[in-house]
Amino acid sequence: MKAEFNEQALLKGLAENDTKAIETIYKDNFTMVQSYILNNNGSYDDARDVFQEAMIALYEKAQSESFVLTCKINTYVYSICRRLWLKRLQQLGRYSNQVDGLEETVQVEEDLEIHEKRNTDFAIMERALQSLGEPCRSLIEGFYIKKMDMLALSKTFGYTNADNAKTQKYKCLMRLKKLFFAQYNIGE
Amino acid sequence: MMDDILLLQTIERYLSGKMLPDEKSFFEQHRKNVPEIDQMVVEHSMFIHQMEDYAANHNLKHKLHDVHNTLLADHQINEGGEISTKGKVVKIWNKYRKVTAIAAVVGGAIALMISGLVAFFAPVNQQAIKELGQEVEKLKNVQTYQGKQINDVKSKTPVGAEVRGGGSGFLIDAKGYIVTNSHVLRNSKFANVYNNGKEYRTRIILQDNTRDLAILKIEDEDFVAAKSLPYSINNKNNIDLGEVIFTLGYPRNEMVFTQGFLSAKTGYNGDTLSCQIQMTANPGNSGGPVLNNNGEVIGILSTKEAQLEGVTFAITSKYIHRMVDQLKSSDTSYSKIKLPTYSSIKGMDRVSQVKKMEDCIFFIRAYN
Repeated sequence: MKAEFNEQALLKGLAENDTKAIETIYKDNFTMVQSYILNNNGSYDDARDVFQEAMIALYEKAQSESFVLTCKINTYVYSICRRLWLKRLQQLGRYSNQVDGLEETVQVEEDLEIHEKRNTDFAIMERALQSLGEPCRSLIEGFYIKKMDMLALSKTFGYTNADNAKTQKYKCLMRLKKLFFAQYNIGE
Repeated sequence: MMDDILLLQTIERYLSGKMLPDEKSFFEQHRKNVPEIDQMVVEHSMFIHQMEDYAANHNLKHKLHDVHNTLLADHQINEGGEISTKGKVVKIWNKYRKVTAIAAVVGGAIALMISGLVAFFAPVNQQAIKELGQEVEKLKNVQTYQGKQINDVKSKTPVGAEVRGGGSGFLIDAKGYIVTNSHVLRNSKFANVYNNGKEYRTRIILQDNTRDLAILKIEDEDFVAAKSLPYSINNKNNIDLGEVIFTLGYPRNEMVFTQGFLSAKTGYNGDTLSCQIQMTANPGNSGGPVLNNNGEVIGILSTKEAQLEGVTFAITSKYIHRMVDQLKSSDTSYSKIKLPTYSSIKGMDRVSQVKKMEDCIFFIRAYN
C-alpha cells in the first residue's frame, strides 16, 4: 500500500516538474532499460535517448487530466521503451532476434500514438521558431520558454524600454503564428 | 499593424485572466458579435497552449539531461564499464594480446586434434532433427492404459510381442488404409492401431523409407468402414505461408489437438519433400495429419528440429498421392484405393471439424 502511495506521489512530482521525483524515477528505472537496450543491439547513447523519450511519455501521461496508471511505473516505462526500441530497430533495418527479459509488459500503443502526435507538433513549432530568425527567436524563447519578464528581456536585447520590447515581441509572435499554422494545417 | 498588436495584447490579457470584470464582459460581448475576433481568440488560445507544451517539453528534456549527468556523476547509474564489462575486456585484451594469440594457436591445434580423433573413433550420427515416433519406454506405459480401456475385449496383441515404436496415423481411404511415417514402424513386423478404446489388427502394406511414409491396412473383423472420409488429401503444390494449420495425434495416451502456422515451403536444410511448420510437436505426433482451415490434409507431421522448440517438419501431402499411385501400378489388388478429394468439413468451425475427424485418426503401436 505504501509503495503504491509512493508511486502516486512520484508521478505527481513528475507532473509538477519536481527534480527530486524525476531523479528518483530515473534512478529506479534507467538501469533496467539500459541493459535491455544493450542486450538488443543498442548502444549507451541509444539507451539514454530511448529512456528519456519514455520519461517524456510518462510525464505527458501524468499531466493529462484523465490520468490513470494501471500498472507500476517500472512496467510502464519498460513497455514504452521496448516498443520504442523495436520501432527504431525496424527503422534502422537492424531488426534481429529479440532478447527479452522476463519483465512483464502492458499495452502502450495508444499512449505512444498520442506521444508521437505531440512530437510532430513540437517538430513543427521547432521548425517555425528556426525559420523565424533573430532576434525574434531569442525574444520569443526568452519570454515563452525561459519565462523571463519583459523588463529583463528588454535589457538583454537592448531595447530602450519594456513597451518597445513588448511591441516587438507581439510582432514576432504574429509571424511565428503564421509560420506555425501554415505547417500545422498541412499536417492536419 | 498597430491595431493587430493591440488586439493580440487584449486577447492575451483575456486568456491569462488579467482583465477586470467590466472589461471582460465588454470583451466577451464584442467577441460574440464579431466572429473574426472569436476565431482569433480560439486560434491564439490554441497556439499559446501549443507554445506552453513545447516549452514544457523543451525544459523537461534539459532537466532529464541534467539528471542523467548528475546521477552519472554520483554513480547512481552507469554508462560503460560495469554493465557490459566491455572496457575491462578491452584492457585485458590489450595487455595479454600476445599470450592470447599463442594460447589460441595452441588451443586451436589441440581442438583440431581432438575433434579429429573424435570423428575418427566415434561412430556417432548426431541428429539435428528428431523423429517424432514415440519411444518404447513411454509406449509401455501407454500400453497399460490402453489395455485398461479394452479390458473386456481379449487383447489382440500376440503374447510375447515386444513394442518397437509408435505414433499416429490417419485413414486415407475409408476401407481401412492408414498412412503414417515409416519411422514409426522401424524394425517392426506388424502393428496394431487404436481408436476410441478399440484395437484393430493391421498389415503393413508398404514402407517407403526415403520418403518416410508407410501404408497400413486394417484387417480386422471388428472394423466397420465408414462411407467416406471428412477431409480431402491435397495433391497440389500450393502451400501458403502463414496459413493456420492443425493436427491431431497421440503424443500421449489420448488424442491431442495442436495448432500452428505454415512457416516455410521447404523442410530441414531446404528439403523439398517436406515443409516447415511452427507448432510444438512431441514424440508420438509422428504420422499425424496436418490440415488447413478448409479441412484439407496438406502434410504428415514427421520430424522436428532437435535444438529448437516449435520448429517442426511435415512431409507434403502430394507424396501420399505419389506413393499410392506407385502402389496401385505395382500391385493391381490395390487398384481400388481412392484418396479423398472432397473435404466435407470445409467452412465448419474447428471444434466440429475435429469431432468429425476423430474416428479417422489412429494411435499406432508397432511390434517386432
